[in-house]
Amino acid sequence: MSKIKNIIGARKAFIPYITAADPDLATTLAAMKMLADAGADIIELGIPFTDPIADGPTIQKATERALKNDFRMPDMFDVVRQFRASHATPVLLMTYANPVFSMGYDKFCAGAAAAGVNAVLITDLPPEEACAFRGAAHENNLGTVFLCSPTTTPERLKLIDQAATEFVYYIAHAGVTGVRTDLPTDVAEKLQKLKSQLQNKLCVGFGVSTPEQARALSAHADGVIVGSAVVKLFEKYQCDELLVQLKSFTQKMAEAVHA
Amino acid sequence: MSQTLRNLPDHKGYFGEYGGRFVPDTLIEPLAELERAYAEIKDTPAFQNELNGLLKNFVGRETPLYFAERLTRETGGAKIYLKREDLTHTGAHKINNAVGQILLARHMGKRRIIAETGAGQHGVATAAAAAKMGMTCRVYMGAEDMKRQTPNVFRMRLLGAEVVGVESGSATLKDAVSEAMRDWVTNIHDTYYLLGSALGPHPYPMIVRDFHKVIGAEARAQIMTAENRLPDEVVACLGGGSNAIGIFHEFLDDADVALTAVEAGGTEIAPGHHAARFSGGRAGIFQGMKTFVLQSGEGQIQLTDSISAGLDYAGVGPEHANLMQLGRAKYLYVHDSAALEGFQKLAHFEGIIPALESSHAMAYGLRRAAEMSKNKIILINLSGRGDKDLSIVMEALNVKN
Repeated sequence: MSKIKNIIGARKAFIPYITAADPDLATTLAAMKMLADAGADIIELGIPFTDPIADGPTIQKATERALKNDFRMPDMFDVVRQFRASHATPVLLMTYANPVFSMGYDKFCAGAAAAGVNAVLITDLPPEEACAFRGAAHENNLGTVFLCSPTTTPERLKLIDQAATEFVYYIAHAGVTGVRTDLPTDVAEKLQKLKSQLQNKLCVGFGVSTPEQARALSAHADGVIVGSAVVKLFEKYQCDELLVQLKSFTQKMAEAVHA
Repeated sequence: MSQTLRNLPDHKGYFGEYGGRFVPDTLIEPLAELERAYAEIKDTPAFQNELNGLLKNFVGRETPLYFAERLTRETGGAKIYLKREDLTHTGAHKINNAVGQILLARHMGKRRIIAETGAGQHGVATAAAAAKMGMTCRVYMGAEDMKRQTPNVFRMRLLGAEVVGVESGSATLKDAVSEAMRDWVTNIHDTYYLLGSALGPHPYPMIVRDFHKVIGAEARAQIMTAENRLPDEVVACLGGGSNAIGIFHEFLDDADVALTAVEAGGTEIAPGHHAARFSGGRAGIFQGMKTFVLQSGEGQIQLTDSISAGLDYAGVGPEHANLMQLGRAKYLYVHDSAALEGFQKLAHFEGIIPALESSHAMAYGLRRAAEMSKNKIILINLSGRGDKDLSIVMEALNVKN
């Protein structure tokens, strides 16, 4: 059984997201270590892309900060390799399709697996378009995660469930990433229904920012993903202050999810 | 069975290797719903009658096929014909698609229309169509494009549309597309995304192409009436690809008719200085489709540049990528300076002021006509009129003087 599945099977998982190279790769490495030490169960690491159609303003800005430097995939793999030297916390890469397609699915998956990446989620690659990518991931023992959303039909949910090897990621809001004050009123019901239909574990994200929201969601899902609220800290703080803030935020959120 | 290029895309939205539906899960069902709704109504007499009525009485079709007699004499080669899409209501071919999709939106019960626009022509066309139907309309436009196309911004507002400037990324068309997709994914229950070129995720490249096929269908019949034969070459400018596929489509199976699309060469073919996807790009996945994309070695989308905002886009419609791959159409570029010459020549010799987009097709078409013998015929799609570009051309010509 894979490491991500093991962890999600053992307890509710808190999964923070950060954008790689925001604002540089040294910060990424330090942040990953801090997240792991402060209680993150899995780290979701975003590959910056110029045209992130699924992301709201917070992650768009993080992407722009990251791309100010000359971002290169092998350098990011190196950061994962360095992280892996001291930490066992699983790493899930989140990306848009083009940087991966550009590198070649095989080369990307081989590089990611060799660096110690555990799984990959490609936002704009639904299962219908993911045949070649899934083959490459499988060849390299790299796990896959696929998205489902409030608009997913039961037929497609089966397809998504078959394509995912680690977990299925439920987009709580039909919309882009970003902090929201309210969760959809029917989210608990939706999650319960999904759980009964899926073979895979189910994690939920998009719009989750507070310990209260995380606690409420973790009652109905196997894991909770928090992106923009973490990335906002990178917008506000730098260096040691950033790490201090990441630590306290992660501790609070992890505690809420694990409760 | 006879081979045809005219029945693409396949059921997954592919034109050969290109096209598809590369979007986050949230958009899959809305796109499938759009595909179903379109299939449901497109061939019904009620829909066709209403569309044809709008095309005739609102858009002003059919548009003339115009013999450019003085330009033909001046260039000394092939007979030059212009398909006068510049004479449509709102000034460019874009309105063909806007009225078609607005009927589709109404059929789907959507009352809020969103659109992206580059030069503003699609935004103006959509705003006009939405006004006619009494629907609310919001247009996303790159902040950079708003600066260089101020008359169109004002036109859209006059037509009752809300114009939202997009500051992210390069603040041009691609960023407006991204922002429109973000709006759509957030408001799918009541909102129709009226995409303006033959690009993006399936079924948009097919729907937009279908609503522009009328250009080629008319032109083919008109040239048969005028000359009793088909043209030797058909020329169109190529941004996203809607006017080009619109005029090409009817000729795809006519092997003796050469098809040439002209991209924006900007100032030079160097990263960030042009928008010639087929000369500086390679296959990629961008804004919902697999197609030719201007990108860095790392797969990041590159900035583009052109004197013409409507051609200034890093991707291209997937049907064109397939036609390029098959060798059925040729894909060339002309630089800003040549487009400006084409712009002026058409004005001087024929009394017609073309859009800077169409001026790219003119520039190549005139050069090509001069190489062809007098018994040949070249058909150029004059996709839009140039009123919106006057301030840009004034500035460009003053700089030169």
